[in-house]
Amino acid sequence: MEALRTKAKELLAQGEVQVVIGYEAGTAGVRRPCFVRTAESAIRLVWDTNCIGNLAGYLTRPEIKRFGKPAIVANNAVLRSLLQLVAERQLQQDAVLALAVAQDGVVTELPTAQAVEDYLAISPGGLSAADREKMEHLAQLSREERWTFWQRELERCIKCYACRSSCPMCYCGHCTMDCNRPQWVSVPSHALGNLEYHTVRAMHLAGRCVQCGECGRACPVGIPIHLLTCYAEESVHRQFGQQAGTRAKLDYALGAFRPDDKESFIR
Amino acid sequence: MAEKNIYLPYLMRVAKVTDEAPAVKTFRLEFVNPEDADNFDFNTGQFGLYSAFGEGESTFCIASSPTRKGYIECTFRAVGRVTHALAAKEEGDIIGFRGPYGNLFPIEEWRGKNLLFVAGGIALPPLRSVIWNCLDQRDGFRDITVVYGARSVADLVYKYELRDWQERADIDLAVTVDPGGETHDWKGKVGFVPPIVEQLAPRSENTIAIVCGPPIMIKHTLPLLETLGFTSDCIYTTLENRMKCGLGKCGRCNTGRSFICKDGPVYTLAQLQELPAEY
Amino acid sequence: MATTLKISAASLAALFAVLGDAGRRILGPAEVDGRIELKAVRTLAEVAGDQIQPVLSAKETAFPRVERLLSYRMAPGKVELQDYDPEVQPTVLFGLRPCEAAGFNSLDAVFNWDTRDKFFNARREQLTVVGLSCTQADDACFCTSVGGGPGSTKGSDILLTPLPEGGYLAEILTERGEALKDLAPALFQPANGEDKEAMLAKVEPSFEHQGLAAKLPGLFTSDIWAEQSLRCIGCGACAFVCPTCVCFDIQEEADTKQGQRLRCWDSCGLRQFTLHASGHNPRSAQSERWRQRIYHKFGYFAERFGGPMCVGCGKCSRACPVDMNLKEHLTQVYEV
Repeated sequence: MEALRTKAKELLAQGEVQVVIGYEAGTAGVRRPCFVRTAESAIRLVWDTNCIGNLAGYLTRPEIKRFGKPAIVANNAVLRSLLQLVAERQLQQDAVLALAVAQDGVVTELPTAQAVEDYLAISPGGLSAADREKMEHLAQLSREERWTFWQRELERCIKCYACRSSCPMCYCGHCTMDCNRPQWVSVPSHALGNLEYHTVRAMHLAGRCVQCGECGRACPVGIPIHLLTCYAEESVHRQFGQQAGTRAKLDYALGAFRPDDKESFIR
Repeated sequence: MAEKNIYLPYLMRVAKVTDEAPAVKTFRLEFVNPEDADNFDFNTGQFGLYSAFGEGESTFCIASSPTRKGYIECTFRAVGRVTHALAAKEEGDIIGFRGPYGNLFPIEEWRGKNLLFVAGGIALPPLRSVIWNCLDQRDGFRDITVVYGARSVADLVYKYELRDWQERADIDLAVTVDPGGETHDWKGKVGFVPPIVEQLAPRSENTIAIVCGPPIMIKHTLPLLETLGFTSDCIYTTLENRMKCGLGKCGRCNTGRSFICKDGPVYTLAQLQELPAEY
Repeated sequence: MATTLKISAASLAALFAVLGDAGRRILGPAEVDGRIELKAVRTLAEVAGDQIQPVLSAKETAFPRVERLLSYRMAPGKVELQDYDPEVQPTVLFGLRPCEAAGFNSLDAVFNWDTRDKFFNARREQLTVVGLSCTQADDACFCTSVGGGPGSTKGSDILLTPLPEGGYLAEILTERGEALKDLAPALFQPANGEDKEAMLAKVEPSFEHQGLAAKLPGLFTSDIWAEQSLRCIGCGACAFVCPTCVCFDIQEEADTKQGQRLRCWDSCGLRQFTLHASGHNPRSAQSERWRQRIYHKFGYFAERFGGPMCVGCGKCSRACPVDMNLKEHLTQVYEV
């Protein structure tokens, strides 16, 4: 943690970056996002195993962008998001300085997308063991049981859009969900409205979801909604052999044609 | 026990459709249920929520005068989901109306005064209700002056009434279009609204100014009026924030301590200066 | 009219059966799929004991997340409107925390000032609130800063307070509370000078809400709103879990022949809330929306209705994905 604070202080003092996006101590042991803009306030930064949130969503927010060049304290989820944002041309290759912090506290500066890619090649991260288990559990259920599971979970949805707001890949200025000419998706949080929202969102993240689980953590009513986007992502991975958040140059699997694409899904 | 459903609209028949300008229409609406017509009354400056069944409700002012009984008129531009659906309605079609809502232009307090109306573009409709109301009680007021401008000749609304007003001796009308917006046979003025007001240099003494228009027009007109000696309690305008209920409950139009749907939409400049500029 | 009685745990359990027999639905915090939610219960044993409060507030029992306001049928040149009356069952809200119970007072005010909202009222009139005083609090709680407290009677029809020797003090506060007690008066005993405070949680005040309200007019253009809201991601979680937030949307759902108008929860924190069809947005920045949330709750509402639109329950802080702790933020504003 000291190494991180020292690095942040140095970067800000030397003007290499204008803001360090990191974690600070929040309520009752929670680690929450913070935006350090002066060398003196680098002391706010913390790093420990509770720093699990994905901060990458802030990289595309106008309020944060206006500060200038950012450094971002990066766990693997942040790094994968960064690559995907570069792949989707939301960030330039070298627009962000990622500060990867190892378990022993050593800070590695990753100034380019290439550097991030190389770092992730060694330590890719991904779905947590607990989430992997839940995914496997769902996969083993019958279609009807899975349907019941999701119906029951989605019944809880209050359409607060915390999942969308917390997702680094939901950066669209004008979301389909807010479009009312035509009204593609029913607004109220009744059964149909919720089902439409979450399936459309999962489809929009298929081939783009970096499996950080942020949407599931953000959900106030505890719907494990990330399992749906992760499923969509893995399905694309299986079909087309590519995974979001692994490369800075990645065609959108569902938007690009390759002669060797499988066609087995067309029946 | 049985409480009234405050969200239930009146059913209105579209009695007449007038094409005003590109995408701008005026509807004359008559109550489907004659009893509703008998019990209905409103004040100038009030607004309503108009339903296109199947699409939803949209908020705009009542553009006709309460002195004209048996119907109401509204003028709107097709911009969003509801206004596009409304624009597709034809004579004989049924729409919904909830209202009248909001406060009013206190024209009773203005008796014996000069009135200066300044309007831009699609913002003439709320003032039209006041203008006709005053013209229908012409003896109650002194000089009535109207300055109205639009981007182009085509964008002027109520062209047929502007011609009438032009010919009437008891109302001074200056119609202007933005430079470049004139046609070869345009006989009115060319220029933005504020300089035209400046040229006219209306007297502020014993005069009420009623201003409504796009933000840029308002921004330049208000300081000008103050220079001409209008005090902030003698300048009125009407706001139009997004609304869902019109009843001070849904929270959408809340601006500062005001619910625009209840405490507005009509404000004096003095009142407006007390509100945050969130409109 | 308030009378103070006592009820033993066994009698309280018996009261559940009496309520059920009397046709009352009982909703209480209970475990569902590993989460504590407000759900229909039949026995006291089902009610979750060791918990602060559920994520969602009980406002949904009077102001559902989605509800019909009217419906209609359409034919060429003809529209047939149908009014709607919600089906309501007499309901006992059991084990509501005093903060949440007080939340109904804010809802009552908004739904009934100037005009009466029959949908809210129809449900609200069928609710009897049996509050349960708090014996524990967490870092999000701040009831004592906004005029409430762990044993506050505001909003409850009956307030139960656990006693060290077992059982509960039962304050019968309203006619509705009285009516509920009268279903089984024998289950209650006279109180005998028990100490209500003995087991109550200690919630130290962090600020003082009148003082906060007095500060707000001078802070409108302060940087504090932009600074505080930097990490806010602009979702509606805080408003949707809030027991006092009442902002709503009206949505239309229809095919070519028939349709209905639905009311659903909305939030001033969402960008679309004030967005005009023209693209103009009076509150286009998140900082402006955060400021509106604070000003509405602690300034504008207080001015109109005489108290803050906040009960200090801390639900928003617990639900926030990025730990926008309201108590902390308000304290900071108060101390400016």
